[in-house]
Amino acid sequence: MSDTTAPLSRPGVSPAQAFVSAALREPEPAPVSTRGPVLWVRQHLVGSVPQVLLTLFGIWLVYVTVPPLIKFFLIDAVWTGTSREACLPEKVGRPVGACWPFIWAKMDQLLYGFYPASERWRVNVVYALGAILLLPLLIQKLPGKRLNAIAFFGVFPVVAFVLLTGGNLDMQRFLVGSIGSIGFGDLFTSGGSVQGLRASFWIDFVVSTVIVTAIAFLVSRFVAGPEAGPAAAKATLSMLGLLGLIIFAMDIDLGLPQVETRLWGGLLVTLVIAVTGITVSLPFGILLALGRRSKLPLVKALSIIFIEFWRGVPLITVLFFATYMLPLFLPGRFTIDGLLRALVGVALFASAYMAEVVRGGLQAIPKGQYEGAMALGLRPGLMMRLVVLPQALKMVIPGIVNNFIGLFKDTTLVLIVSIFDLLGSMRAAFTDPSWASPTTLFTGFGFAGIIYFVFCFGMSRYSMALEKRLDRAQRH
Amino acid sequence: MSDARLSGPPAASRRRWSWTDPKLRSSVIQIVLALIMVWLVWSFYANATANLSRLGIASGFGFLDNRAGFAISQSLIPYNESMSYGRAFVVGLLNTLLVAFLGVILATLIGFVMGVARLSKNVVIKALASAYVEVTRNLPPLFQIMFWYLAVLSTLPGPRQSWGFGLQPLLGSIGSGLSAIGLGFLGNPLSGFAAGLSAPSVFVNNRGLVLPRPIFEDGSMAILYALVAAVVASVLIGLWAKKRREATGKPFPAFWTGLALIIVLPLAASYAVGNPVSIETPELRGFNFVGGVRVIPEFVSLLLALAIYTGGFIAEIVRSGILAVSKGQSEAAHSLGLRSGPTLRLVIIPQAMRVIVPPLTSQYLNLTKNSSLGVAVGYPDLFAVFAGTTLNQTGQAIEIIAVTMAVYLTISIVTSMIMGWYNKRVALVER
Repeated sequence: MSDTTAPLSRPGVSPAQAFVSAALREPEPAPVSTRGPVLWVRQHLVGSVPQVLLTLFGIWLVYVTVPPLIKFFLIDAVWTGTSREACLPEKVGRPVGACWPFIWAKMDQLLYGFYPASERWRVNVVYALGAILLLPLLIQKLPGKRLNAIAFFGVFPVVAFVLLTGGNLDMQRFLVGSIGSIGFGDLFTSGGSVQGLRASFWIDFVVSTVIVTAIAFLVSRFVAGPEAGPAAAKATLSMLGLLGLIIFAMDIDLGLPQVETRLWGGLLVTLVIAVTGITVSLPFGILLALGRRSKLPLVKALSIIFIEFWRGVPLITVLFFATYMLPLFLPGRFTIDGLLRALVGVALFASAYMAEVVRGGLQAIPKGQYEGAMALGLRPGLMMRLVVLPQALKMVIPGIVNNFIGLFKDTTLVLIVSIFDLLGSMRAAFTDPSWASPTTLFTGFGFAGIIYFVFCFGMSRYSMALEKRLDRAQRH
Repeated sequence: MSDARLSGPPAASRRRWSWTDPKLRSSVIQIVLALIMVWLVWSFYANATANLSRLGIASGFGFLDNRAGFAISQSLIPYNESMSYGRAFVVGLLNTLLVAFLGVILATLIGFVMGVARLSKNVVIKALASAYVEVTRNLPPLFQIMFWYLAVLSTLPGPRQSWGFGLQPLLGSIGSGLSAIGLGFLGNPLSGFAAGLSAPSVFVNNRGLVLPRPIFEDGSMAILYALVAAVVASVLIGLWAKKRREATGKPFPAFWTGLALIIVLPLAASYAVGNPVSIETPELRGFNFVGGVRVIPEFVSLLLALAIYTGGFIAEIVRSGILAVSKGQSEAAHSLGLRSGPTLRLVIIPQAMRVIVPPLTSQYLNLTKNSSLGVAVGYPDLFAVFAGTTLNQTGQAIEIIAVTMAVYLTISIVTSMIMGWYNKRVALVER
């Protein structure tokens, strides 16, 4: 009461001599409960009764999951041994966790399948080459992306193909020979060609190239005018030349023994399918995405049907389609390799998904970019190649990586059509009675799970980092 | 040719056939494409007929009426070996729909809980939810199915050592636990109460899950009618409540009213007609269980794996949907005086749903398509029964794979149409 009536009159101090401090007082520190670690704990762990209960529940969950896992995979684990005896609790005389000798014993099978032991260096070379070419491609700062991309997407598949299969592809006839075998008789092919002697194929190839180039020259000259002729001929010639080069590389006999694809297995198959799928699906996906946005009604309708059909059915039906149905649709003399069938199925499936990713990028390009390109007088093809696609593809790189993660996980499905990828090899290894022990299954799933997790998690983190980067670049 | 275009359109100097003419170009491209398609279809057809006659495989759908001759381990409709392939197809289709339906419900529950948990302020809960999402999303679904089937369910004890679940053991163990830590005054009566209950009624063993089975006797239809009436009534009440709230601002607890109706009406009907439904509890006799229903382990592992895998993706969708609603919305709701519950229910979720629904639909479709992976553990879904066993027995690859694909495609198209309609309804109305 007295405060309000006489604020400045304190006992012994007259209002005239009021004390005024010369300096500001130091502020009191905030109460302990509203700052620092205490505040953090209060806000994040024990703010209210439900919070406390949640925290306790969470700690209990961690307690019942993490220590047993560590105990199983590290502390109680058996690290050395030669057979199941090492992993049986009654033989070891203590509770047994993970049975790692099982993994060591099956490691070759998990990495290479039944690839012949003397030829496994070829797989290792492919692994190493892939890693050497892929890593600089993923690091944004390094220069030479164009060359690197050509090396990885263009040269590496051919080298990998030659190394893994042994090359020495038995090509018998090209266009002229195939058409000739229908009508004109075996003009350029020597009937049942002798192994190693492929002169007839190359004669056929050169003749075909000349004929096709001439046709391209004449047609474009007739349709588009005299100056279009040489350009078309040049384009056709370089494309066929490239094809010839690839066939030559696959056909050359390096003295490597042939390894059939049914001997391949494990991580090798997983990676081959995933990488082939993504490499093939990229160009096809771009074409389909462009087709879907095309103004030509037939092109648009066919693209939409193709994309929506493959996206609407499960991958396993696509694999069955490629394995059981596709051979019926092809001429009887074709026998397609089992792995190749699965690759065709995966490529069809992945292309449809890739098309949708690319379409997202195309839709995000502002109309002004198209109009600007047209105002510069670029033809539609050049406009796409020089203006729209570079921007759109850059924008969808995270989407492409996510697609790849999905494809990597989906490769496991090939085990249903009897191709042994990593998971399939693991399942085959489980059936080995000489390693049957109570913990074999958990060890195997743990090991395969770690491999899948490391690949997928690593890629998803990479794609998130890319997304952030691109986001920054988009901001003005 | 550019000269011709620049110098204007004197009819005589203009080329009649110009590749730069978009109309001509487009028709040439389309004609060529059409010819290629016709050639492709024709050659496929010709090759297929030649190959089929060479391999001696029948064609057409006559096989659907033939005797299937194989057993199916799970069937929602009566089925035995003497029935036709057509019947087996229906059994497989129903099994696919069953696992997809339950999987969608479970995955949605897991996804919403985990998605909200990832946004929790509580760091322990947040870290656990994040770990869940990262682990489940980064392991292949087939890996997860096989893990549950081979590593978890097949290592469970046999029928004689089944794990029993029920109120009695649960309450009994809580009671004895309380007594053990010195709270006997609470624990002892609880144990006594538990001892009076029936023995465990749910069993888990390596042959699957054994559940009690309801037996419907005469008059059970009354309960069904009551249930339908309750659902209809609660929908009507909900509509009325919404209308009234929009007109007058007065809230009405429509959800709780509806829930009460749905619980009370069937119970009352059951009582009125003299409790026609009884529960048959399974009992261990000899080496196996008698009575109850057995859920096969293939189904359990497939359902668990699908729900857990898809749940991880749904959690991410839910999280991003909630984050997409700007903070100003909840601040505005708070300043209008809404408490945090109504804020979430009336302001945040309706706006978040707009972002969540489209990707959620594609996750539901993915789950349905992934249910075909059950073939790896032998769950008799559409794919395993039809594209697996039936294809093996008849060899009619073209018809069977085409029909299988058509079924999945139909499910996809119907779902996307429904979701497209929903999406249009909840889409932002811009003025």
